Amino acid sequence: MKIVMAIIKPFKLEEVRDALTAIGVHGLTVTEVKGYGRQKGHTEIYRGAEYAVSFLPKIKIEVAVASEQVDKTIDAITSAAKTGQIGDGKIFVINLDHAVRIRTGEADAAAL
Amino acid sequence: MTFKRPNSAGLAALAILAGLCAIGFADAALAQTADAAKDAAPAAAAAPVPNKGDTAWMLVSSALVLMMSIPGLALFYGGLVRTKNMASVLTQVFAIVAMIGVTWTIYGYSMAFTDGGSMTSYVGGFSKAFLHGVDASSTAATFSNGVVIPELAYFVFQMTFAMITPALIVGAFAERIKFSAVLLFILLWSTFVYYPIAHWVWFVAAPDDVANAAKALAAAADGAAKTAAQAKLDEVTGAVGWLAGAGALDFAGGTVVHINAGIAGLVGALIVGKRVGYGKDLMAPHSLTMTMIGAALLWVGWFGFNAGSNLESNGTTALAFVNTMVATAGAAFSWLMVEWIFKGKPSLLGICSGAVAGLVAVTPASGFSGPIGALVLGLVVSPVCLFFVSTVKNSFGYDDALDVFGVHCIGGIIGALGTGILVNPALGGVGITDYTNITGNNAGTYDFATQMIAQGKAVLATLLWSGIVSAILYKIVDVIVGLRPSVEQEREGLDITDHGERAYNY
Repeated sequence: MKIVMAIIKPFKLEEVRDALTAIGVHGLTVTEVKGYGRQKGHTEIYRGAEYAVSFLPKIKIEVAVASEQVDKTIDAITSAAKTGQIGDGKIFVINLDHAVRIRTGEADAAAL
Repeated sequence: MTFKRPNSAGLAALAILAGLCAIGFADAALAQTADAAKDAAPAAAAAPVPNKGDTAWMLVSSALVLMMSIPGLALFYGGLVRTKNMASVLTQVFAIVAMIGVTWTIYGYSMAFTDGGSMTSYVGGFSKAFLHGVDASSTAATFSNGVVIPELAYFVFQMTFAMITPALIVGAFAERIKFSAVLLFILLWSTFVYYPIAHWVWFVAAPDDVANAAKALAAAADGAAKTAAQAKLDEVTGAVGWLAGAGALDFAGGTVVHINAGIAGLVGALIVGKRVGYGKDLMAPHSLTMTMIGAALLWVGWFGFNAGSNLESNGTTALAFVNTMVATAGAAFSWLMVEWIFKGKPSLLGICSGAVAGLVAVTPASGFSGPIGALVLGLVVSPVCLFFVSTVKNSFGYDDALDVFGVHCIGGIIGALGTGILVNPALGGVGITDYTNITGNNAGTYDFATQMIAQGKAVLATLLWSGIVSAILYKIVDVIVGLRPSVEQEREGLDITDHGERAYNY
């Protein structure tokens, strides 16, 4: 099992969710985050005060999938979240040791 | 700092606007010169009775000016601070309003608007402390012969001015001052700065008293009676605030309210010091939505402030109302355009700031200037204030958090000096009317140099008295309760450390 963690542009969330649903991934966790990569921030001016805003709002999604589904998941996220511009985000894949569904007690693959 | 090249469309629009104004200005100058003199109605033998319309207007105006402070100013300022200090700013403004409501009733009204005996040029006395002798049948003079309003209406109208003026100051040291220090400073400041300065400018002889004394002088038969009558007239015209006596024009409080609060704010920003992290941390306004609501409420409330300052409901009231409308529109628009040209983007905060700058500038001029003069005043004030809040503030490095100095003091000075120019009948102004120059006895004349000297005197006197006394009072407050919270408390935010609550619980 793996956790697929992706940082994406906020307005791409719905498309990514649809793409994941289409390949049979049901359930994901979403967090509003801020960060920076190669994309530069912007400047805000309030009367005379200028602020360089270098942390941009992004969405972090986390999906737990079976190992054989990882490639399909990555493809789905990549194609849905891509605009071709700097700031599209990144995908990280992390090993997942164990999973439990709280309601039933089912474990691992059955819990996903 | 990034400067974009001027946008040619914007420049063209400004040029057209300026051209239109110049044409309108000339027309008004031709059309309005004849209409300067006021009728000096003979004083009625019986005591005049308040008019119902005047009374209603003054009470509505008083409520409008209260609305300027809460919620208007509180939201305008509150939106500009960070989330962690929102409740502190709202509480400070609300508490000042409430505290002044108490002190004005107990002694403030008396200090500002009674005869102070030998000191009456500078401060009133305590003869009306606790509203002694003021009841529903008492009347207060207006600027017209034979027209009075209930004294209680005058009392409450002036109270709302005493409330908003000190509340303006808190913007200068917002986000970094103890609540106890704010209350103690404002208590002292209103007592030693506001009430005396209000007396300097607004304690004028009642037109009916002057007319009666003048009639007695004319009727006096022999030399001894003439001397006595002349002495009586001198006594009436001499018992006024010294700036009023000097012929300074301030219709609704450009010096008393805005220059006064603005310089006290600058001194406070300097003495209290910069916010922790100033120049490094992000200190962006937490809600421009709130700021826009506040600015709009200020604009609406300001009709009570300026048009209400005529103390009755007539043509001059309408003039002050219209001036308040057009100057503010001009200033809001010119701030937006100048900012667009020089800073690259037309901002919401910019247009809101411009509206407030225009309101400030037109305050002293509102009953004296013609509408086209007021429009020009509005168009001019914004670029100057924008220059002060951006370039001047940044180069000197003082942390006037919400630009009380840059908008209120600078805007007030431009308004006070502009009033001296725009009152000129040749520019569409109303001219020197009999009530504005009771002591100088030069009604119907206008002399540029004389008037500008009087205006300059009022500006300088206010800057000096308010600036110096405020500095002393800040030091006294610092010794008694301390001005600043600890660095940890400031980082945590004054909402939690001073008030034990948050403005927002999502």
